[in-house]
Amino acid sequence: MSDDFNKKRRNFLKSTAALGVAGMAPTVFVRNAWAQDFVNNPGKAAAITLGFNVPQTGPYADEGADELRAFKLAVKHLNGEGDGGMLNTMKPMALQGNGILGKKVNYVTGDTQTKSDAARASAKRMIEKDGALMISGGSSSGVAVAVQSLCHEAGVMFMAGLTHSNDTTGKDKRKYGFRHFFNAYMSGQSLAPVLGERYGTDRKAYHLTADYTWGWTQEESIKNATEGLGWQTVETVRTPLGAGDFSQYITPVLDSGADVLILNHYGKDMVNSLTQAVQFGLRDKQVNGKDFQIVVPLFSRLMAQGAGENIKGILGSTNWNWALQDAASQAFVKSFGQEYGFPPSQAAHTCYVQTLLYANAVETAGTFYPCEVISALEDFQFDGLGNGPTLYRGADHQCFKPVLVVEGNDNPSNQFDLLKVVKQVPTEQVMYDPSIFGGELGSCK
Amino acid sequence: MDAFVLQILNGLDKGSAYALIALGLTLVFGSLGVVNFAHGAKFTLGAFCAVSFQQLLTISRKVKDESVTFFDAYKEVPYLEIWWGDTGSMIIDWAVPLSIFLAIPVMLLIGLVLERGLYQFFYKRTHAEQILVTFGLAIVIQEVIKTFYGANPIPTPAPEMLSGTAPIGVWLGLGESVAYPYWRLVYFLFSLLVIGLVFAFLRYTTFGMVVRAGMSDRETVSLLGLNVERRFTILFGIASVVAGLAGVMYTPIVPPDYHMGMEFLVLSFVVVVVGGMGSLPGAVAAGFLLGILQSFASMNEIKSVLPGLDQIIVYLIAVIVLLVRPRGLMGQKGVMEE
Repeated sequence: MSDDFNKKRRNFLKSTAALGVAGMAPTVFVRNAWAQDFVNNPGKAAAITLGFNVPQTGPYADEGADELRAFKLAVKHLNGEGDGGMLNTMKPMALQGNGILGKKVNYVTGDTQTKSDAARASAKRMIEKDGALMISGGSSSGVAVAVQSLCHEAGVMFMAGLTHSNDTTGKDKRKYGFRHFFNAYMSGQSLAPVLGERYGTDRKAYHLTADYTWGWTQEESIKNATEGLGWQTVETVRTPLGAGDFSQYITPVLDSGADVLILNHYGKDMVNSLTQAVQFGLRDKQVNGKDFQIVVPLFSRLMAQGAGENIKGILGSTNWNWALQDAASQAFVKSFGQEYGFPPSQAAHTCYVQTLLYANAVETAGTFYPCEVISALEDFQFDGLGNGPTLYRGADHQCFKPVLVVEGNDNPSNQFDLLKVVKQVPTEQVMYDPSIFGGELGSCK
Repeated sequence: MDAFVLQILNGLDKGSAYALIALGLTLVFGSLGVVNFAHGAKFTLGAFCAVSFQQLLTISRKVKDESVTFFDAYKEVPYLEIWWGDTGSMIIDWAVPLSIFLAIPVMLLIGLVLERGLYQFFYKRTHAEQILVTFGLAIVIQEVIKTFYGANPIPTPAPEMLSGTAPIGVWLGLGESVAYPYWRLVYFLFSLLVIGLVFAFLRYTTFGMVVRAGMSDRETVSLLGLNVERRFTILFGIASVVAGLAGVMYTPIVPPDYHMGMEFLVLSFVVVVVGGMGSLPGAVAAGFLLGILQSFASMNEIKSVLPGLDQIIVYLIAVIVLLVRPRGLMGQKGVMEE
């Protein structure tokens, strides 16, 4: 009797335990998913860290320095300090000026040196050692593509700063990477019609191109767009990044039969190549019965400052200009100007905006979990960040907004009034099918 | 014809820098037998003499820019302009040529200190050891410059009067289409002047005569009771000044940064080897020759047949010269021929 009872009791306990384990099992397996455990999850920490990875040395150092200023200003505004800048104008806006999800925002910085390997090492340190939840920065598409890939592998958000190569959101796009800045294709589409109006459709162009991903796609885009107008491409010559002396590349232009020189250079490379092209008398020449012209497809105020008088009358495209009169741009310029004593560059603008967009997406999602943040950013439509109504396209994580065609100002009204807006090209004119550049976003981890 | 003239000018301009640096290298190698890998750093030091002089002249006061209404903006107005108006502006504008007067004593001093403080202890060591120590010195100098001036290039423009384009074609009767930047012509003429002065100094002064004799047979000259060592020390200082001046005048062509000398150093060694180790005329001739060949190799007509030739032409010539004539174009018999 007793043995039988004990046997039954043991069987009952075993069955109950088995049922209990079986019942518990699904909860154990899905617990992590609901808790959203992810890289650098801040948990209950009072503060979070963002990583700002910019070129503090190298040919794009000026842009990098301005990017860093903008990042610091964005952090200040997110933490509820200062005048709030574009937090006051952005719509829709979930941020409350008390950090992100109530957590104070801290940051760490790194020097990409405008080199992909240094940038990756720096970003890796930020993720693994500093616990950065989001990496931003760039100023070189080569760097941006490399860091974006690293962030994707690590499962950390990458909000690209200054990067203009089609590849960043084209063949090298990644699920964890987002770009607010425009790209080379948009430069070509916006600039070519203005070039046609100004210089006619019967032109011969000579390209000098920075020899890396940005230069290649820039050259391809502007070449396609100008050839679409009827221009001929005489020659495309690649130059090393940071060449310094471009004379050996400029001298052949003089005898090439070209009547337009297109400088697919940026930063100090553009300053040097443009200055030297002017020094070699290109702008004073007449070829094929036409005045010789120089075009800088990607322009910025910082470069204009470096090139001085040489930029007068030269056409290019830009993502944003401090002289825009909309309330958002003015709020940002005022805020940045008060902080630093000069207006922000387009590099500063895009980095500031990217930081706000990330923070707003986290606030909207209610979590730092990247997959939720990505969902909040994909196909997000917003306004009040200085470029008019903008779409963060989900298919390739590229922003679409009007593009500015600018010209070196002949009569600047002050020391910063170096570029004047010639045309604000509507979004529809620069839109494209995301499939044209190939690439796969991949999936969220 | 236009392209031909322009390529010649471009080559002479490049060759000027090669020749000046190679000249200093050869002076040191010919007299002291030192393979000086820190010579490029002296080119950089010279460039930063120009930067320092410019910074000194442009010490400024912040003045509110009333034309900016968005925020409180400030302009930097140099004290020289505040005190002396247009005269002050003109002095600032001519900062680069004027900085030569700073560069000469500074580079001479640096040269003398380095020779006495470091190089003299390595005269009897192997070339490999000399290369190691001088390369180390070059890195130290670079890093010191980086610490004080930062890693980014610093614009150092030419005087406005010399920043335009010279109508070379009109001067030569070729028409208006051939024009060349004034400053690059100035650089070429300046290099000829410096080279001429160095040669004249070595040829027509007693000091130069003793040095040349010492370079040929150091022991015999010493036995005559002449202090060859001291003269070689001064010669080392002169070589530093030549490299420094090459750097000063190069700054308007490419804004200087801390590693600019390294880019020239390897090429200049090739120039020295092609010209003939220890041969001063060889260094100068090879400098200009390789500059011109490099320039022609960058022509589209050449590149369409042999792409990338402009990048390797200097090394290709060096290989050919060393195979055919191991002592170099004007080198002494026995040097590099074993």
